Amino acid sequence: MIILLYDHTWPGMLSAIFEAFDRKLTNCMIRRARAHMPSAFDQDIEVTTNTMKAARVITGLKKKLSADGFHQFYACFLSELHGIEDTLFAYTRLIFSSKDRVEQAFANAAVLRVSQVAKSVHREKHRMEAFVRFRLASDSLFFAEVEPDFNVLPLILNHFEKRYADQRWLIYDMKRNYGIYYDLEKVTEVTLQRTVGVKETAGIFHEEEPLYESLWNDYFKHVNIRERKNTKLHLQHVPRRYWKHLTEKNKL
Amino acid sequence: MSERIREKLAILADAAKYDISCSSSGSTRKNDNKGLGDTGNGICHTYTEDGRCVSLLKILLTNFCIYDCAYCVTRKSNDIRRAAFTVQEVVDLTINFYRRNYIEGLFLSSGIFKNADYTMERLVSVAKKLRTEHKFNGYIHLKSIPGASDELMHEAGLYADRLSVNIELPTEAGLKLLAPDKDRKDMISPMTYLNNEILAKAEEKKVLRHAPLFAPAGQSTQMIIGATGESDKEIMYTAHRFYKAFNLKRVYYSGYVPVSQDRRLPGMGSAVPALRENRLYQTDWLMRFYGFHVEELLNDQDPHLDLEIDPKLSWAIRNLHHFPVDINTADLRLVLRVPGIGMQSAQKIVAARKFQKLNWENLRSIGVAINRAKYFIICKRSEYVHRDLTGTRIRQYILAESQSKFLKSSYTQLNLF
Repeated sequence: MIILLYDHTWPGMLSAIFEAFDRKLTNCMIRRARAHMPSAFDQDIEVTTNTMKAARVITGLKKKLSADGFHQFYACFLSELHGIEDTLFAYTRLIFSSKDRVEQAFANAAVLRVSQVAKSVHREKHRMEAFVRFRLASDSLFFAEVEPDFNVLPLILNHFEKRYADQRWLIYDMKRNYGIYYDLEKVTEVTLQRTVGVKETAGIFHEEEPLYESLWNDYFKHVNIRERKNTKLHLQHVPRRYWKHLTEKNKL
Repeated sequence: MSERIREKLAILADAAKYDISCSSSGSTRKNDNKGLGDTGNGICHTYTEDGRCVSLLKILLTNFCIYDCAYCVTRKSNDIRRAAFTVQEVVDLTINFYRRNYIEGLFLSSGIFKNADYTMERLVSVAKKLRTEHKFNGYIHLKSIPGASDELMHEAGLYADRLSVNIELPTEAGLKLLAPDKDRKDMISPMTYLNNEILAKAEEKKVLRHAPLFAPAGQSTQMIIGATGESDKEIMYTAHRFYKAFNLKRVYYSGYVPVSQDRRLPGMGSAVPALRENRLYQTDWLMRFYGFHVEELLNDQDPHLDLEIDPKLSWAIRNLHHFPVDINTADLRLVLRVPGIGMQSAQKIVAARKFQKLNWENLRSIGVAINRAKYFIICKRSEYVHRDLTGTRIRQYILAESQSKFLKSSYTQLNLF
C-alpha cells in the first residue's frame, strides 16, 4: 500500500489529494506525517505542500459542490479523525468522476460519512460558541481557555468577531496550543509561550471578575427547578469533559 | 454592595424560573454599529441540573405583586422574601454577563407593582438603555404586561426582539378559578396590538429596506398544564387558536410545579407532569412542521394524547389505511407522516433516492428509527412483512421492543410515597 504523508495543514492535505490523482493512485492512504508509524509492508511518500496545487483542488471542488458541500469537506478535515483523509479522497474521486452533484447521494458510504463527520464538527463548533467563558484580565483583555474535541477555532472566529466587536479577546486552544486574538481591528492566530500557567498568576484578573463569576454561579443555581431534576438530560447537554472550563461547573 | 446584589439576583432569578421560554433565535438584529452583540440562531450557553437550557438572563425586575394568582410563587398572599432591581443594576448584569459569553441576552419580566403602565414603563426603560446607551445588539425578550397602553407597547416593540404575554391557563374557566383578578381580554389586547404592528412594519420593510426593526422575533405565550382539569384537546385547540390569530412564534407548555397549599390546586409534592408536557410539545411540532392539523391528532373520540406512545405513532395506528408508504416514490409530505422518520431523515430520503433506490440498510444509516418505521413503509426490497397486523398488534410490538425514557423517573416518583 502506498501512503502519502503530508504536513497536517489544509493545503498539505489538498496537495496529497492532488498527488494521488496525478500518480493515478486508486489504492492509497493519506496520513499526517507527524502521527505516522512506518511499516515494512507500505511504501511512504512525503508530499511537499504546494499552494498552487491545493488551490487547483479547491477550485475543482467548489465547481462540483455547493457552498455548503464545500464547507462540509473542510469541516471533515478539521475533525482530525484518524483516516478521515481516506474518506475525503474517496469522496473527491466520486465527485470528479460524476457528472452530477453527488453530495446528497447519502446511500454512498463516503458521502454519508462526510455528512456525518461534518455534523459532529459543526456540533463541536456550536458547543464552543456556547461554552467559551471569558474572564476579564486587568489589562481589559477577555480571555478564554478551551479544549475542543475537534480543531474548531477556524470555524468560530467569525462568530466571535461579529459578536464582540468592541472588546479585545483571546480564545486559546490548550490542546493544540494556539489561539485566536482580536485586537478591535482584526483576528489573528497566536501561540503563547507558556512557562507559567494562567491560573497560577495572581492579580492578572480585573477586580470585578470574581464578583461576576459568583453572580453567574448564583444565577445558575437559582434558575434550576429542583422538582424537575434530570441528571441524564443535564449530562447529555453539558458532558463532563467540558466542565473544566465552565465557570458554573468547575467550582463544584 | 456586592452582597446585596447577589441576594437580589438569587431572589429574582428564583422567581423568574417558572417562565419557561428560553428561545433566543429568530431575530435579525445585526451588529452593524461596532457595538456589543449580535443575534442569530440562538445558543444555549449552559443547562441547569433539571436539563433546561440557559440562554438568557431570565429575571424579574421585582417580585412585589398586586395580584394573588393561586398558581404563582410571587402571589401577594405568599410569605416570601421580596426584592427589586434598579434599572441600572439590570443593565450592568446583562452587559457583564454578555461580555463573558454567559448569555445571549435578557429575558425581563416583572411582578405588577402599582399598575400595568408603571411596570411596563420600567421594563421598556431597561431595554431602551441597553440599546441606546450601550449599543447592545444582543437578544431582548420583554414581558408585555396585560393592560399596558398601546404607546408603551409600541416603544417596547422598538427595543425588544420578542414580546410575550402569558395566557396562564388553557381555558377562561381555569383563569376565573385560579386568578379571579385577571381577565383574558387584558392579555389579548396587547397581543392584538403587537400583531397588527408587526404585520404593518413587515409591509413597511418591503418598501423601505432600512425601516427600523419592530419585535423582529415576534410574540410567544405560555400556559400552565395540569393545574386545572383541562383535556389535551382543550389545551392544543387553544394553542392552535393563538398560533392562528396572533401569528405566535411559540406556545410554551409549562407542567405545573406545586408552589401552594391552595385546595384548588394539586397538592405540594405531587409530581410535575413532565411526560404529558413532552407529548404536548410533540403535538405542537407535528402541527407546526409536519403538516398535521390539530383535529387529526386530537378530537372528540380521542381528547387525550396517549402517554405510552408518541402522537405521530398513535395517529398512524388509528389511520392504517394511509400505509404502507413507499419510501422511494412518496411525497415528502407523506414521508413526514411515517412514525420513526423525523424532519432531517425525511429530507435526506427525498434527496438520496434521486441517486438510487433505498433499502433498509440505507434507511438505517440515514437515521430512521426502523423499529417504528418498519410497520408503515415499503422500500427497495419490498419486505413489508407486517402487512396484516392490526393497530393493536403494532402497538404491542413497538412497546415490547422499546423502553420509555420516562419509565425510570416515574418509578422513582412512585417510590417516594
